[in-house]
Amino acid sequence: MPPSDTPSAETPQGGSGQPQIVFDQVVKRFGDLTVLDHLDFSVEPGERVTLIGPSGSGKTTILRLLMTLEKVTEGHIHVAGEPFSHMRRGGHLVPASESYLRRRRRSIGMVFQQFNLFPNMTVRKNVIEAPVHVLGLSKDEANQRAEELLDLVGLGDKIDAHPTQLSGGQQQRVAIARALAMRPDILLLDEVTSALDPELVAGVLDVLRQVAETTDITMLCVTHEMGFARDVSHRVLMFDKGQIAEEGPPEQIFEDPREDRTKSFLRSVLDNGF
Amino acid sequence: MIWDFEFTVEAMPDLLSGLWVTVQVTILGYLIALSLGLLIAVVRRVRVVGPLVHGVMEFIRTTPLVVQLVFVFLLTPSVISGMTVGIVVLGVHYSAYTAEVYRSGIEGVAKGQWEAARALSLPASRTWGAIVLPQAIRKVIPALGNYLIAMFKDTPLLLAIGVAELLTQARRIGSASFQVVEAYTLVGFLFLAVSIPSAILIRRLERRYAAV
Repeated sequence: MPPSDTPSAETPQGGSGQPQIVFDQVVKRFGDLTVLDHLDFSVEPGERVTLIGPSGSGKTTILRLLMTLEKVTEGHIHVAGEPFSHMRRGGHLVPASESYLRRRRRSIGMVFQQFNLFPNMTVRKNVIEAPVHVLGLSKDEANQRAEELLDLVGLGDKIDAHPTQLSGGQQQRVAIARALAMRPDILLLDEVTSALDPELVAGVLDVLRQVAETTDITMLCVTHEMGFARDVSHRVLMFDKGQIAEEGPPEQIFEDPREDRTKSFLRSVLDNGF
Repeated sequence: MIWDFEFTVEAMPDLLSGLWVTVQVTILGYLIALSLGLLIAVVRRVRVVGPLVHGVMEFIRTTPLVVQLVFVFLLTPSVISGMTVGIVVLGVHYSAYTAEVYRSGIEGVAKGQWEAARALSLPASRTWGAIVLPQAIRKVIPALGNYLIAMFKDTPLLLAIGVAELLTQARRIGSASFQVVEAYTLVGFLFLAVSIPSAILIRRLERRYAAV
């Protein structure tokens, strides 16, 4: 069994006063395009943060950097007090190696806009794949975990179905169960309802509300669902041009935005019927 | 001229043994092409080694199969039979094509699948073995099947290295009896007898897998 060196979800590093995620002067460029521009922010353990802002403002890039799907161009990311985008070598910080990333990112889970379930596997296989082959759980343990989580997302009866037999909303709920099966400390939600038919959105958001209420997972959420953001998040970050234009508790951001950019963004989102 | 039925009956055993060699060469060569091609398609994505392998495959694709057969046959020690040489050369030659087929299948797997595998921290062996390749291969089964038939039709080239496959047998029988037309006509029919059912089978596979 591989060593399970990830802190378990039941014991977040709360109380230590140490932020769980720190972005330190992070720059991300794609060619000439600067997506994140010397970004600084931090997230506390158990905190739920919603990232809003116009498309192209860098929200999704933040999640992808944390999931190690992208690499920082400049600056550093720290997770749980340890370097994450980089690693220590001889007193210096050097870009993290693949094996370092593989070890560190286990404490992070992600749910994608397009679900990205594995279509060649049943729902059960989708959920137990990583617990068995990454965490080293036995089949029995992993199956039990999968059953519990699928019950949680209301799909206990679909455990032997194939993803193609499910609606988009159901697939996304399976994807949430799959991410949670790794017992992550941090859950990244990347526009998880954007690809869904309107009538399926509520089911997915209800599941996430329940996750937020019953666990202390740190959540970073990119969404256009302002109602959900308001209910669930502790803090809202408004992004514009790769920087934070405004941040604050959801009541303040949504009811009393101070920045003009925030005001005009919220107006455009509401006009579009989100 | 008049078709000689007596000759047909007489020639059949030799022709059928030739056909059996042809089928064996095809199946064994195809197994090499399927497995080696898959390996090449995966290795091609590795840095440094990938382009090197690609170069070798380009070379194989751009030189005639019959030249490769004769060249390798002349280089190998005589303890290795012509049939073995034929199987290996055909298999390696066709792996250059199946590798391209696999590659297109691998590239057809959605980027999100790789990202999901990465987000779950799956090791490379599982990402390839449980997620990418099963999806990629499923999509290219019809294309791979077409190469089975193409390969079957290329086996007469083994005549050049004296393997007793179907065409070699026909030529031997034909020149010994001077009944060349019968001998080669029978070859044609025997090839059809194998390739038509194979084609139907492959089309059926196509319908089954391409729909997904």
